Amino acid sequence: MTVPKYWREIPQRYRLEAGKCKKCGYIAFPPRQICPECKSQEFETIRLSDKGKIISYTIIRVPPKNFSFQAPYPVAIIELDGGGRITAQIADASPEEVEIGSRVRIVLRKIQEEGKDGIICYGYKAVLEK
Amino acid sequence: MREVAIIGAGITKFGEHWRKSLRDIFVESALMAIKDAGVDHIDSMYVGCMSGGLFVAQEHLGAFFADYLGQSSIPAVRVESACASGGSALRMGFIEVASGLSDIVLVGGVEKMTDAEDVTFALATAAEQEYEVFHGITFPGLYALIANAYMKKYGLTREQLAMVAVKNHKHGSLNPYAQFQSEITIETVLNSTLVADPLRLMDCSPVTDGSACVILCPLELAKKYTDTPVKIIGSGMATDTIALHSRKDITSLRAVSLSAERAYKMAGIKPEDVDLAEVHDCFTIAEIIITEELGFVEKGKGGILVEKGETSLGGRIPVNTSGGLKAKGHPVGATGVAQAVEIFYQLQGRADKRQVKNARIGLTQNMGGSGASSVVHIMEVA
Repeated sequence: MTVPKYWREIPQRYRLEAGKCKKCGYIAFPPRQICPECKSQEFETIRLSDKGKIISYTIIRVPPKNFSFQAPYPVAIIELDGGGRITAQIADASPEEVEIGSRVRIVLRKIQEEGKDGIICYGYKAVLEK
Repeated sequence: MREVAIIGAGITKFGEHWRKSLRDIFVESALMAIKDAGVDHIDSMYVGCMSGGLFVAQEHLGAFFADYLGQSSIPAVRVESACASGGSALRMGFIEVASGLSDIVLVGGVEKMTDAEDVTFALATAAEQEYEVFHGITFPGLYALIANAYMKKYGLTREQLAMVAVKNHKHGSLNPYAQFQSEITIETVLNSTLVADPLRLMDCSPVTDGSACVILCPLELAKKYTDTPVKIIGSGMATDTIALHSRKDITSLRAVSLSAERAYKMAGIKPEDVDLAEVHDCFTIAEIIITEELGFVEKGKGGILVEKGETSLGGRIPVNTSGGLKAKGHPVGATGVAQAVEIFYQLQGRADKRQVKNARIGLTQNMGGSGASSVVHIMEVA
């Protein structure tokens, strides 16, 4: 991965910056230029909530190479309060603890180290609210 | 628009071809199709291939395949829609013949996967890189997310999922081109290693080398080449969001229902008119949902459909008589064309031990990514 490819996604990875359509309220994460619902091109920048619930989850036991040291790990689709859905790992949880409908909180964590030069990639993960 | 027919087909054995290259397997199936059709020339060519670049570091595949087929002057284009590349190539060939631009068009599909250094990485390029793959999700993982949500919503059982693999292996045992020609039991599936909960190894289609080709021509010319042409009466394609999490309902596959709706409309038929179907069972959960989206059973009842044996050979609507992606194998870019080859053989009455009696209308459904592309073709005995 080149530095710019990682760097340009930082507002989304670190701060959950999204676009909210000024006409219909559609929330685009990552931001988009055209609203898929109403085709408007006017968006305001918002931050997604750092709280939400699990829509579905799985436990990855056969991981991609750059995640091999982490497996097994849970990954979930999370619906954030106020809108916006993301795919993220559930951190600090054993597989048995994760359930559909569980409440989660978004935290900033190290996601992976890429390539031989090892760019350290940070981003959002979720932790279970207990 | 002109009516379009398939007049010949060719397919390699699916499996691990350590002695054969990407070009070898393509040419093998293409020569077989050309001989089957009895054509003396090709006007144009479309080849579905998902990732020559990542699997064998070869791109520019239109010219590459035309060259090795001894056709290096014809128009030739590679078509890519991830795992729906083959079905998309068939649609491009159909459009070219229907439009009147070309008469004899070869449609191929091919993938050489066992040469790849990292198959998981190559396949993951069909998902959203920055917002899915970045977080460590895999393709089995994406379908596992679908499966868990679907099981909770509709009460599908783990055993019903396994029944899809058991059925497709049984069908595959009757197909000499299949990668796996052995029957398995529900226990084989339930005891196989977990890949991404709830999906196990035997819920997943394998890594496969293989190639398939069909020859298309206008229906009015078809009888010149064969007594038993097969007419393509419907072609439908649809797309959906690239990321699974962007969809309102992850327990349905909207691109599948839309592509089917479009193909049924063009063909002027209903789901109950279909005698057999080849569908994209990349994972067992996919076949369950696809049978619903194609209208073979109501939403949420796909598990009961397979449990009752209605999708088995001899059942109401046999699905994946070839063995499907699970047992026949899934050389990703080849799959959509291989599905058409199976339906072509079935409608011609050439499917031997797995022949569906009195089959007149067959359907193929080929899917890309976690359902972001779907291509449906409907074929009828001409």
